[in-house]
Amino acid sequence: MDFYLGLMQIIGVHTLLGLSAYCVLLTGQVSLAQAGFFAIGAYVAGMLTVLAQWPLVPALGASAVVAGVMACAVGFPALRVKGLMLVVATIAFGEAVRLFFFNFTYQVQAGNLKLGPHGAEGFRQIRYFPEHGWTTLDVMLFIWAVVALVMAGVWWLDRSRAGAVLRAVGEDELAAQSAGINITAVKVSAMTIGGVIAGIGGGIFAHYTTHIEHLQFGVVLATFAIAYPILGGLSNVFGTLLAVVFVQGFLIEGLRFMGDWRNLLFGGLIVLAMNARPRGLLDAGAVLALKRLIVPRKDGNGA
Amino acid sequence: MATVLDLQGLTKHFGGVRAVDGIDLAVARGEIVGLIGPNGSGKSTIVNLICGLLPPTAGRVVFNGADISRLPPHARVTLGIARTFQNIRLFGQLMVWQNLWVAQNSGEQRNQNFLRRWFGGSNGAWEEINRTLEFFDLAHKRDELAANLAFGEQRRLEFARALAAKPVLLLLDEPAAGMNAEEVDQLDSQIRKLRQDGITVLLIEHHVELVMSVADRVAVLNFGQKIAEGTPAFVQADPAVREAYLGTAAVA
Repeated sequence: MDFYLGLMQIIGVHTLLGLSAYCVLLTGQVSLAQAGFFAIGAYVAGMLTVLAQWPLVPALGASAVVAGVMACAVGFPALRVKGLMLVVATIAFGEAVRLFFFNFTYQVQAGNLKLGPHGAEGFRQIRYFPEHGWTTLDVMLFIWAVVALVMAGVWWLDRSRAGAVLRAVGEDELAAQSAGINITAVKVSAMTIGGVIAGIGGGIFAHYTTHIEHLQFGVVLATFAIAYPILGGLSNVFGTLLAVVFVQGFLIEGLRFMGDWRNLLFGGLIVLAMNARPRGLLDAGAVLALKRLIVPRKDGNGA
Repeated sequence: MATVLDLQGLTKHFGGVRAVDGIDLAVARGEIVGLIGPNGSGKSTIVNLICGLLPPTAGRVVFNGADISRLPPHARVTLGIARTFQNIRLFGQLMVWQNLWVAQNSGEQRNQNFLRRWFGGSNGAWEEINRTLEFFDLAHKRDELAANLAFGEQRRLEFARALAAKPVLLLLDEPAAGMNAEEVDQLDSQIRKLRQDGITVLLIEHHVELVMSVADRVAVLNFGQKIAEGTPAFVQADPAVREAYLGTAAVA
């Protein structure tokens, strides 16, 4: 049972990571910096609960703010470049963050053991959940409550005029400018929102794994982050959730019995999925079909 | 009449090519000015200079008395300059009405508070969007994806989107390209309607009949320079224009 609860935790946190990339991808920007914001959130929240004895929720709030501010600051220079150049610039940022935590040591003596991040060894003993008597189920429910809140928020954003503007910038920057949209402001805002969400995700991640280190936040994690919304499609937030379930639930855990062959199949199945559904698992057609299934067809609604 | 747009010695060089070479042109409020010229004469470059997609090499763009040569494109839209594109550039994966919704960036919409402007429902904007779509005969396509529209409809939608920005000055970059005779007639009456609404129009067009029909004044470009300016009849009679643009044969 605990295995499944743990899997649900992983899926929840990765959904947050995927949603952070989703927001940025709506504006047409492929960002590999999300793992960096995730790492910042993880270290900030971990240090606040362990070293400053903050309760979890304010610590997550702080990690959201710090990661958001970083994203905003990175957004201005990074978003001046486009396409592949942006990919390279954001990888560079993500690696810079990772290497910062590789070198970052800030430990305090607590009784007979030292607490805090310790360079390459990482940050151990983030024991907020066990110390406060949270069961695995409690943690899982907490994570999914946060995921539900964030998903609702992004869904709402998506339906608002701001969401339409994000998508307009993603479609055609020149046309968006000529329609009076300040594309720099829009792209930096999207980056900031993505940073906030990644920060929350990282903060939670630090607490359920109890041990974080720089290696966890490398290019692989950044690739996963951007792969979720691409694989899931940009129709709405549920595409990203579906992609996370597909990757984490099926490809990684479901195929574990295949041993080392799993990695080969992993790549192959993603290629297959993208070929079968080039606009994402949950594309516009699938959304329409689902709508018809749930809400019987209304008359007088055009063809 | 007050001058809305005043181009003063406007110049744009691309390397050694003088795409636009010292253009002076004044457009008065409510006027429809046609800008014609052979391919490569610098018409589209002028549009890009006016709306800010290109920085000028020299000269100034003055709008309502203020020099806007250094303003970014979106700021010029909020001042009241909107445009359409020669090759249609819609937001294809947005619905037809959303294409207008995202363009509401000036006038009353801009003065709303932050939350209403970005996160408020579409209710306030609704009536206006519907009216504009009605005018362009697109109301029945409101909830379609813009990419799924037919060519003529896409042209009209782009026109509608430009109007959603509440322009004082509208730059139409070859709006009749690819249209059939009937659609050009419609376009003709739509542009005339704009004049009644007090919108100033700069019409860049290859379709000489359309320009001669709707324009109050016509300026003719050749190799980045203005070679003639005046009423349609006056310009048509100008021998230099005939030679440069219309050819030596008589014009229809």
